[in-house]
Amino acid sequence: MAVRKLQETNHSPDIPESWFSPLEKNEGDAEVVSRPSLSYWQDAWHRLMGNKLAMIGLVFLAVLSIMAVIGPMLSPYDVTKQNLLNQNMPPSSAHWFGTDELGRDVFSRTWYGARISLFVGIAAALIDFFIGVVYGGVAGYKGGRTDHAMMRVIEVLYGLPYLLVVILISVVMGPSLATIILALSVTGWIGMARIVRGQVLQLKNYEFVLASKTFGTKTRRIIRKNLLPNTMGPIIVQMTLTVPSAIFAEAFLSFLGLGIQPPFASWGSMASDALPVILSGHWWRLFFPAFFISLTMFSFNVLGDGLQDALDPKLRR
Amino acid sequence: MLPYILKRIGWMLATLWVIITLTFFLMHSIPGSPFNEERATSEAVQKNLEEYYHLDEPLFIQYVMYLKSVVTFDFGPSIKKSSQSVNEMLGRGFPVSFELGMATLVLAVVSGLLLGVAAALRHNGLIDYIAMTVAVIGISVPNFVLATFLIQQMSVNLGILPVATWASPRHMILPVAALATGPMAIIARLTRSSMLEVLTQDYIRTAKAKGLSPFKIVFKHALKNALLPVVTIVGSLAAAILTGTFVIEKIFAIPGMGKYFVESINQRDYPVIMGTTVFYSLVLIIMLFLVDIAYGLLDPRIKLHQKGER
Amino acid sequence: MGKILEVQNLHVSFKTFGGNVQAVRGVSVDLYKGETLAIVGESGCGKSVTFQSVMRLIPEPPGSIDSGSIFYKNKDLSKLSDKQMRKIRGKDISMIFQDPMTALNPTLTVGDQITEGLIEHNSMSKRAACKLAVNMLELVGIPDPDTRLNQYPHQFSGGMRQRIVIAMALVCQPEILIADEPTTALDVTIQAQILELFKEVQEKTGVSIILITHDLGVVAQAADRIAVMYAGKIVETGGRRDIFYSPQHPYTKGLLHSVPRLDLDDQELVPIHGTPPDLFSPPLGCPFAARCNEAMEVCTKIYPYRTQLSDGHHVECWLQDERAKQLQSGRV
Ligand SMILES: Nc1ncnc2c1ncn2[C@@H]1O[C@H](COP(=O)(O)OP(=O)(O)OP(=O)(O)O)[C@@H](O)[C@H]1O
Ligand code: SF4
Ligand SMILES: [Mg+2]
Repeated sequence: MAVRKLQETNHSPDIPESWFSPLEKNEGDAEVVSRPSLSYWQDAWHRLMGNKLAMIGLVFLAVLSIMAVIGPMLSPYDVTKQNLLNQNMPPSSAHWFGTDELGRDVFSRTWYGARISLFVGIAAALIDFFIGVVYGGVAGYKGGRTDHAMMRVIEVLYGLPYLLVVILISVVMGPSLATIILALSVTGWIGMARIVRGQVLQLKNYEFVLASKTFGTKTRRIIRKNLLPNTMGPIIVQMTLTVPSAIFAEAFLSFLGLGIQPPFASWGSMASDALPVILSGHWWRLFFPAFFISLTMFSFNVLGDGLQDALDPKLRR
Repeated sequence: MLPYILKRIGWMLATLWVIITLTFFLMHSIPGSPFNEERATSEAVQKNLEEYYHLDEPLFIQYVMYLKSVVTFDFGPSIKKSSQSVNEMLGRGFPVSFELGMATLVLAVVSGLLLGVAAALRHNGLIDYIAMTVAVIGISVPNFVLATFLIQQMSVNLGILPVATWASPRHMILPVAALATGPMAIIARLTRSSMLEVLTQDYIRTAKAKGLSPFKIVFKHALKNALLPVVTIVGSLAAAILTGTFVIEKIFAIPGMGKYFVESINQRDYPVIMGTTVFYSLVLIIMLFLVDIAYGLLDPRIKLHQKGER
Repeated sequence: MGKILEVQNLHVSFKTFGGNVQAVRGVSVDLYKGETLAIVGESGCGKSVTFQSVMRLIPEPPGSIDSGSIFYKNKDLSKLSDKQMRKIRGKDISMIFQDPMTALNPTLTVGDQITEGLIEHNSMSKRAACKLAVNMLELVGIPDPDTRLNQYPHQFSGGMRQRIVIAMALVCQPEILIADEPTTALDVTIQAQILELFKEVQEKTGVSIILITHDLGVVAQAADRIAVMYAGKIVETGGRRDIFYSPQHPYTKGLLHSVPRLDLDDQELVPIHGTPPDLFSPPLGCPFAARCNEAMEVCTKIYPYRTQLSDGHHVECWLQDERAKQLQSGRV
């Protein structure tokens, strides 16, 4: 505002005469205002912190993880311990989440289920990551014919109905935790491989451009400091979003009787067991596993969305 | 367009072949052949099995024979029920499942699109907020949880809708709602983000510079482009819905293919599992194919460079 | 000839994550009937934003027109409702945007995109509109327009797409055409053809053209008058001769010295050192001070007022002030 006022009145003679002598010769660039420059990760972290929903998800996940570790210990009842005198008891001070038809403590079983879910989700994400990085990396790095052939394979596999294959493998191998994780990995890595390949191609392109311009030793630094983080973004997001879909798949299999076998519990099998008694009003049998599985999926989904926004290089300023 | 379609059909057949082969060898890798006498429930069944699977021939011949019968749409007998073939089960179950699946798909696509477009047009407004809350819940709550919850609320507590079976349109409401919510949420989110992205494109600015009304800009210029990424995921959503029918049919006691499939899994009725898997895959691959064709119709660029990339 | 567009003291800013970008900071510029006015300046100086604001097409939010007025036919465009503005866009004032490759909708036919403006503004039948569109395509030099009308943008080359965009902008016979770097993406021969086309259309229809560009060659070839923009302000305006033969603003001089010219033999090429100021917090005084070889103390403190040098040639620079002239002549 002050400037504009001056502009209207600056014909006025009360500008000191000395102001009209030339300044020392300057070399330009004097006006470079340095704003604090944050590294990619700091910047992304700041933006993630700004995303309330993602932060809520992160907090929930922290709490869920802690409870998955200590939850079963907080309760005096073992996960598999039956107590036929205490069948289908509603939540009380003795059994915080009630009991099931064999008198087992739902609180213990719920947190045991949390262990299973989180373990399956994270294991599946890690395996997808490794296979995907190797496959996509090789395809993108080698390029040419190798890439072409490898991508055709992916195209064929892409048409495979994911859960159907998982069911088939579970049927063949017999239900167990290892089976579930293996079955999830058989088709799960495809998405990751595609992303990694795309990112590798992009990196190769940068490297080629930079190298051909002979920018000198700084090239590698640029790649490491700027480009590599940018390409990591989509991979991290993909991993975060793999977790809830693996958790869902485990619950789904357990619900169909192909997952965790009794007497052990998973959220899916608990929900499945609750089905026949739902009509008799034993709501806690369904409510607790259903609530926590939904909460976990919610948390991973909003965290994944938040990461996607935070890590998107397009949104950087 | 034609070479594009032919190429797609080629890939379809390749995928199908992989599935058949995979299923066949997986089933045969089960320790102690799943097709031998001990598992069969009667002599008649055993006879059917031998005849269909050519169990006396070497494995490779069995495989070729199996391929042959699948190509002629013969999916073999059941172990458990001598009188029944997989084809008969499919004939009975498929129409019901198809009805459930299609009703779900249509509901999910239509409501997802409406929700997504509304949210994008009121970006950061109340509608956007509500739609995205609904969507995030829809993605987070597994369909079997939602189904059970709906039964408890609507049927048990309020008593306004029937608990189970597939007798009338009223019976369809709960299962379809439970199955459609997840895919609807995914479509709504994708439509919204795709629409928002399209609205920042240069050609939208060009359209504005022509003085077109917001209505025309949205429905003529933006929507078609925004639909492209949505169309590509309808195929995988169809797969999700199809597998979803397994649990939904189990929960609601709907006499569809999914119910038979789950039963056959629990009874380890391997020939049925195998036949149904192959049939399901066929259905899905046809869905993917139709989606691809739809994409080709929507996007005029596809005719020239027919890249398989998506 | 009369003024057809009068922009007065326009201020436009964008709210962004990092702060407020003051993209346009008090631009005043006139456009006369039937002339071609070129707007030149470095990348990011606010050329596009200024004229997108005239069309009221800056994204709001984050952008906003903070103050100033835009007079067209006694109407202040900056005050019109969106509905009123729609009647003017495309009909009275048309705009061609920077990138021809992305300006056309990939999923609609070219014919559809050319005719929709006509149908919207002139309530024409589809058939009549198509006829006009064919004429227009012919005018911009697209062979076989009848079949081309039913094709999609990806079936055209970049140069042809730019012609289509031009046809689209001209089809309603607007009074003003704003062309934002219409030739930057094209190679030199096509560039020359497009400029030729502008001239031809101008002769036929009398349209006034605002030509935004980095390229002084384009300016020399096509412009009647030139406005030089720097850091959100217009620092010098004048006729083509004024600007090319007696530039007064050090920035204008710098621009001219930094490009090769055919009409000067032993010309020394001098690039302008440094970079333009950050528009998040533009300097108080002359924004060019940090790069200007003739800067004085006053330049860093107070923005210079506008000095009229001759009819239609004015400049905003302290060197025009009597006191500066006295001191300098005193020293020599
Ligand atoms: N949507 C936006 N959000 C934030 N800042 C913007 C936006 N659009 C433009 N700007 C800023 O406004 C300033 C002027 O931009 P403008 O596009 O007008 O430059 P220009 O002179 O047309 O440059 P070029 O020659 O590169 O096209 C730039 O600093 C730019 O960063
Ligand atoms: S006002 Fe001063 S700094 Fe600005 S251009 Fe003129 S002499 Fe240079
Ligand atoms: Mg521009």
